[in-house]
Amino acid sequence: MAEDLILEMRHITKRFGSVVANEDVNLKIEKGEVHALLGENGAGKSTLMNCLYGMYDSYEGEIFYNGKKVSIHDPKDAIALGIGMVHQHFMLIPALTVIENVILGLKENKAVLDLQAAAKKFTELGKKYSMEIDPWVKVEQLSVGQQQRLEILKALYRGCQLLILDEPTAVLTPSEVDSLFEMMKKLTSEGHTVIFISHKLNEIMKICDHCTVLRRGKIAATVAIKDVKSREELATLMVGKEVKLTTEMKPPKLLEERLVVEKLCCNNDRGVQALYDVNFRLRGGEILGICGVDGNGQSELIQCITGLRETTGGKISINGKETTGLGARDILKLNVSHIPEDRHKFGMVGPMNIEENMTLISYKENLYSKKGFLNWKWIGKHSQEICDTYQVKTPDVKELAQNLSGGNQQKFVVGRELERIPQLLIAVHPSRGLDIGATKYIQSQIVAQRDAGTAVLMVSTELDELIELSDRILVMFAGKVMGIVDRKDASRETLGPLMAGISES
Amino acid sequence: MADLITNFLTADIRTATPLLLAALGLVFSERAGIVNIGTEGIMLTGALMGCLGSYLTGSAMLGALLAVLSGGIMGLIFAYFTVTLRSNQIVVGTAFNIFATGFTVTVNRLALNGAKVKGFPVYQIPVLSKIPVIGKVFFRWSLPVYFAFLIVPVCWFVLQKTNIGLKIRAVGEHPKACDTVGINVFAIRYGTIIFSGLLAGLAGSFVSMGQLSAFTEGMVAGKGFMALAVCVFGNYYPTTVMGAALLFGAADALKYRLLTTSLAGQYQFLNMLPYAITIIALCAFAKKSNKPVCSGVPYRKE
Repeated sequence: MAEDLILEMRHITKRFGSVVANEDVNLKIEKGEVHALLGENGAGKSTLMNCLYGMYDSYEGEIFYNGKKVSIHDPKDAIALGIGMVHQHFMLIPALTVIENVILGLKENKAVLDLQAAAKKFTELGKKYSMEIDPWVKVEQLSVGQQQRLEILKALYRGCQLLILDEPTAVLTPSEVDSLFEMMKKLTSEGHTVIFISHKLNEIMKICDHCTVLRRGKIAATVAIKDVKSREELATLMVGKEVKLTTEMKPPKLLEERLVVEKLCCNNDRGVQALYDVNFRLRGGEILGICGVDGNGQSELIQCITGLRETTGGKISINGKETTGLGARDILKLNVSHIPEDRHKFGMVGPMNIEENMTLISYKENLYSKKGFLNWKWIGKHSQEICDTYQVKTPDVKELAQNLSGGNQQKFVVGRELERIPQLLIAVHPSRGLDIGATKYIQSQIVAQRDAGTAVLMVSTELDELIELSDRILVMFAGKVMGIVDRKDASRETLGPLMAGISES
Repeated sequence: MADLITNFLTADIRTATPLLLAALGLVFSERAGIVNIGTEGIMLTGALMGCLGSYLTGSAMLGALLAVLSGGIMGLIFAYFTVTLRSNQIVVGTAFNIFATGFTVTVNRLALNGAKVKGFPVYQIPVLSKIPVIGKVFFRWSLPVYFAFLIVPVCWFVLQKTNIGLKIRAVGEHPKACDTVGINVFAIRYGTIIFSGLLAGLAGSFVSMGQLSAFTEGMVAGKGFMALAVCVFGNYYPTTVMGAALLFGAADALKYRLLTTSLAGQYQFLNMLPYAITIIALCAFAKKSNKPVCSGVPYRKE
């Protein structure tokens, strides 16, 4: 495959302080292909691509582009060569218009901008790839899918030949994913090359020609997708040992109703209504998955249930007791455990150590404190037990929480919450940012809770995770419940339209 | 009655001028994501340097040049601390203000002692200045006043219509995104901070040489903070900032007017008026702010 390479990266090593993020990485990309970069979180996929896009000043190794050795140490260099990147977190400025975002920082801009001419060129480009976007609206008014298309157009406008897409499907509905794939096919048919970063095996099998697998910063393998027999084969390469991708689920043993939500309404942070008459009931011993594209009211729903947000109408009952209007402490006292959406923000205090984080909720309880004084001896011992049980890797319990890896932070939060023996467990994006190993572990813990009779409310944007674990799936769109689907009917095909706001009737 | 209005409007424009000059500079640095509360100190230094320059050379314009230069240098230092070293902008700004208080008192006592210097000469625009009321209000001013009001549309044009303006607006909103399209975030921030320093220096020289033509200790008396408020109240647009400066100037003019009435006995209360109006105005309009998202946050390139 040496004859028609657009890109070759040789012996790339990138260090952050003493941490090696990429070690002696060699990567070859053919012209006109879709090349997957697969790896677990923290395997160094984004770091490698950020090197290629010039986001870092210093790294070791050589980059050859179209056969010529090039020096890339600033995004300017990459753009000039025809390399474009769509970052996982979009690099768009919400307060500016579409066209302002497109031309921002272009070298050929004149001192006084000619937005009209740019808009004309941009519209033509959009037509060519059937991704038309109004150049004069502000980016904050665009949907996530539109923003992604804008990012791709922005790269094409800069004349990019090699397009890097960093986890592009994480924020899309299934139908948006399909149109993204269409778009990628169109690009490659016109001679563009795409590097597709992902950890979703299905997608890689579906769209890519080659796949390079990164494991702990090093290349584990490069394979042609046509030679790959199954998802498991890729997963094994990624993790380095055999993994079981499916969790076995026993039929649920339903107990009494633990959570009842009736006609719930609330506003979001900007004072706009975020939930419209949300109704559902959850019983002990089952997992109710909440599915939907991020930002359709899931966060607000969870905040209402856990007492972090004021409701504007409706009623919430937990364990038969009305909790509407109660504060978080009173709700947690009803044996509710909450694995929050963003563990850095809500789950733990980064600059505090594990022991201290352990006491955040339970500091008033018996063993934790006596007469207002904390019992550090017992807390230390207890924290160590939690770390052992839930496989939290840490030098000791005096380690600052922020020094743990994302997976270990999440395991710690899960451990702390499950240890309180909940009757209602609320898990929000429990596997976000975790590698396959950690994900499987946390999922198995959640399933074990369900089997022990806990009512589980699980929010996730990972459709596969929801379909696999949930007994029922509630689909949200624009703050409304689009439907509740039973396990036997749940599939990408049945959930996709609901997530896009198309109801069956 | 006509006299009363003329006097009120001239007082308004006179007090609005330093606020407007400093606030226009702040529009640029604020848009690029910098909160410079050291403006107060830069203006105070400018006020001193203006007088010192005028005292030494006998020319108010050369004095103003010295003031502008001192503002630029202080801007450069502020940028070094806040952009390169990523120090907290509020702390550095406060340090600037404390430094300026001590520095100006020392230099004043060593070199000036409040000596009367040459102030900015007034240029009457031929013909136009002869129009009743309007002529007196608008066309009999010193150069900094004309300059302050004439650069408003220029600033607006630069910010909204030019390449550099787009970069400035973008840098305050999302510096990392700017980095990914090859914009030098540090250069933009340095540039806007120095520019706002230059204008703050000029604003300071107008405080000391616009009317009184002498430096008195602490004479800026919060005008730098008011300029910040003007910038916020004007929602970071040069045109509305001009309106805000005139409104705050009017509050000041009102104070002087009331001091000549029977209310003069309550002069402490009247002195408070412009500041009270500042606070009330800021509270009333706080919600609709166009404040840049990354205002006050240092940028770290990986």
